[in-house]
Amino acid sequence: MSAAVSTAMNDADIEAYLERQRHKSLLRFITCGSVDDGKSTLIGRLLYDSKLIFDDQLAALERDSKKVGTQGGELDFALLVDGLAAEREQGITIDVAYRFFATERRKFIVADTPGHEQYTRNMVTGASTADLAVILIDARKGVLTQTRRHSFLVRLMGIRHAVLAVNKMDLVGYSEDRFAQIVGDYRAFADSIGLGDVFAIPLSGLKGDNVSAVSAQMPWYRGPSLIEHLETVPIDETRLVQKPFRLPVQWVNRPNLDFRGFAGQVASGMVRAGDAVRVLPSGKTSTVARIVTADGDQTEAIAGQSVTLTFADEIDCSRGDVIAAAASPAEVADQFETTIVWMAEDKLIPGRPYWLKLGTRTVSATVTDIKYRININSLEHLAARELDLNEIAVCNIALDAPMAFDPYDEIPALGGFILIDRIRNTTVGAGMLHFALRRAHNIHWQSLDVTRESRAQAKGQKPAVLWFTGLSGAGKSTIANLVEKRLLADGKHTYLLDGDNVRHGLNRDLGFTEADRVENIRRVGEVAKLMADAGLIVLVSFISPFRAERDMARALMAEGEFFEIHVATPLAVAEARDVKGLYAKARAGQLKNFTGIDSPYEAPLAPEIVIDTALLRPEEAADRIVAALKTAGRLNA
Amino acid sequence: MPHSSLTHLDRLEAESIHIMREVVAECDRPVMLYSIGKDSAVMLHLARKAFHPAALPFPLLHVDTTWKFRAMYEMRDQVARQAGIKLIVHVNEEGLKAGVNPFSHGSAVHTDVMKTQGLKQALDRHGFDVAFGGARRDEEASRAKERIFSFRAAGHRWDPKNQRPELWNLYNARKAKGETIRVFPLSNWTELDIWQYILTENIPIVPLYFAAPRPVVERDGALIMVDDGRMPLAPGETPTLRTVRFRTLGCYPLTGAVESEATSVAQIVGEMLRTTTSERQGRVIDRDQSASMEKKKQEGYF
Repeated sequence: MSAAVSTAMNDADIEAYLERQRHKSLLRFITCGSVDDGKSTLIGRLLYDSKLIFDDQLAALERDSKKVGTQGGELDFALLVDGLAAEREQGITIDVAYRFFATERRKFIVADTPGHEQYTRNMVTGASTADLAVILIDARKGVLTQTRRHSFLVRLMGIRHAVLAVNKMDLVGYSEDRFAQIVGDYRAFADSIGLGDVFAIPLSGLKGDNVSAVSAQMPWYRGPSLIEHLETVPIDETRLVQKPFRLPVQWVNRPNLDFRGFAGQVASGMVRAGDAVRVLPSGKTSTVARIVTADGDQTEAIAGQSVTLTFADEIDCSRGDVIAAAASPAEVADQFETTIVWMAEDKLIPGRPYWLKLGTRTVSATVTDIKYRININSLEHLAARELDLNEIAVCNIALDAPMAFDPYDEIPALGGFILIDRIRNTTVGAGMLHFALRRAHNIHWQSLDVTRESRAQAKGQKPAVLWFTGLSGAGKSTIANLVEKRLLADGKHTYLLDGDNVRHGLNRDLGFTEADRVENIRRVGEVAKLMADAGLIVLVSFISPFRAERDMARALMAEGEFFEIHVATPLAVAEARDVKGLYAKARAGQLKNFTGIDSPYEAPLAPEIVIDTALLRPEEAADRIVAALKTAGRLNA
Repeated sequence: MPHSSLTHLDRLEAESIHIMREVVAECDRPVMLYSIGKDSAVMLHLARKAFHPAALPFPLLHVDTTWKFRAMYEMRDQVARQAGIKLIVHVNEEGLKAGVNPFSHGSAVHTDVMKTQGLKQALDRHGFDVAFGGARRDEEASRAKERIFSFRAAGHRWDPKNQRPELWNLYNARKAKGETIRVFPLSNWTELDIWQYILTENIPIVPLYFAAPRPVVERDGALIMVDDGRMPLAPGETPTLRTVRFRTLGCYPLTGAVESEATSVAQIVGEMLRTTTSERQGRVIDRDQSASMEKKKQEGYF
């Protein structure tokens, strides 16, 4: 709804208007800056100038401007943005809000991220879908630390176009020199971080100078107004069409036996019927038979479109696979260098498994190494062992399965990912893939003639891992010890990995922080796996307080091989026993990070066996475990 | 289609289809809320496109307050007869037995009992884990900050302070038993986009959106249509025939009409361009209390 639309429109005008509307494109952008920079005022002004403010909203604005406005009773545009939902009165923080306006040429979606303490997380979220960023600077203050921070995040998220909006020019007498000085300062910085395409505009959101119309106040500025620039800047999707074809498969459409279509949104490039394609990670090839849509078959599909492809051959292809141009397929790998933005109160812990979702594929991933953390104010590189909320770091990650990808800077949809907490299912981080650390197809497992089956067979048993978890002093080691004696008496080959003992050797470099506890369990899980491969029945007696790591250990073993045994002694009982005197020390504050006292214990949700030591003597507990193994068929060869 | 450029409607359509396919691929029992209005009509149209040539892989659910316009029921029944459509109609029977209605109980109680509670009942009864809704972010401020995949704790509560970050087009649909997700595929559409799409795609909508002479009474500044004999008239109140249409459709006693001459989608758009009041102003329920939508949403309203 633009200013050009007059109130006296006849039907022919409307038809013509709608025809123009049909060819409008869509630009998504983000505004970076704080209220002090006049961000809300600028967005409010954009909405107002594009006639998107209705009478009832305008009445509310006039009322609020008089009541709480900061412009002496004049219209306070900031209230349009800040005050729409009376959010301040309710004390509800908006993290990311989306505003909509349109001009004759384009529709715009503005991601507005009012910046408070969660600024990094919110800005990164808003920026992830933006084609362009408007970076606001207060002309009186020039380039500040926060300007550098915003610009770094814009660069990090791969936004191609930036507008440097030098705001509040009315307060510096519309000075050309001041503008030139700020732009000069900024360009030096932007170049240093590789932010190439920056377009500088002097403006005043409050007075409307150079917002939608070129201002008479600054005749020395010969460029377009902000709106004119936003209307003409090229949109990223056009650029993406030039890239090689990629389509992450969302859903296999099989309405009947005669139709098998692969539905998804084209991430990059274009595809035509008859094109040769490769399905990744399998690498199988076929040609595209049809490009199916509800409006009839298309001869081609381009980046951004949601379509359904059928192949000329019956090849395996399912959700999570990527269909790629056969001539220039994506790489496939399982280890990467990435940049991760951490978005959760719970720290990122290297070694802890998370779900990673990229495109339509979800795999298990661990951070294997935090190479360095980036101070987003100074851009310094810092050492880090874990990441807190809003921290950003360059990390190596490893997946449990190979995945097709492109570097984020090349094709964002094939290189951007989210990390999901495996227990709470919350989105805890976002990341950008840079490159593969090694190509999955170059690492081969050394194939060995003696297999795990033959090793187990020679011992006349089936391997198993009995994972005892519970509080310190719950009775894990006592019971595990009894179970091992019975198995040995029965002629079984066993080994008991005990938490205290392993900490004297293999894990003596580890302490009791959350990160070290995770690594402690990761190593023990891997050792238990090797022993199970050797054909042994492995007993693991570790507090192992976190579900995520026990689940990780479980995932290492073959189906039916892992038995989680919860030695469920209540804290009060374990503390009353206090065999090693550790609870007393922990209560006295001499022992930090003690499970149950100042570090959490996450009880298993679905353990194979639960032992209540209040009801069972250790011997009875051991009997029950051996019986459970027999029932599960693990004790007959 | 012009080579290498998508229009804003192309991009919105592709995004909505992508969202719907993600839900069907990742969730167990999705359902699509069908409220018979223009947004529902567009959402249903997009769903057919998303899964073509297969039939809709989920049912439609209409939470019926029993106070919709008669023309809406006709439209609903017409849709239900179409091939490949499974429509579930749910009425809050307890509310019905208690005689809850917008006149004697007021709009707030009526909406809560018949709509919000009714919706929660229906989702629980059928075990739906995901429900599509046709809400748009431009409708109302609390929508502007809601995610496309909007997570609900057990008991259907929305916690606006604790939403999952939503980046790129990567939606996190993971949840524990008892938790549900509301998904809004039209989040990024505006009212004008909806009308343009209806025009371009020739999507059938309830005739109430077009102007016609209708019997109305004026109450608290709103034009309320006397759609059936259940509407109690105040002493001396007589319905008059006025040429009106509706910008949004809900329960007829709670939905204000606007005077209009627009009898085609093009004319509606033309009128919209001249319009100077926002869309939801026709809805009585939003005016009951300030910031009412946010409150209702926290309680489980769509």
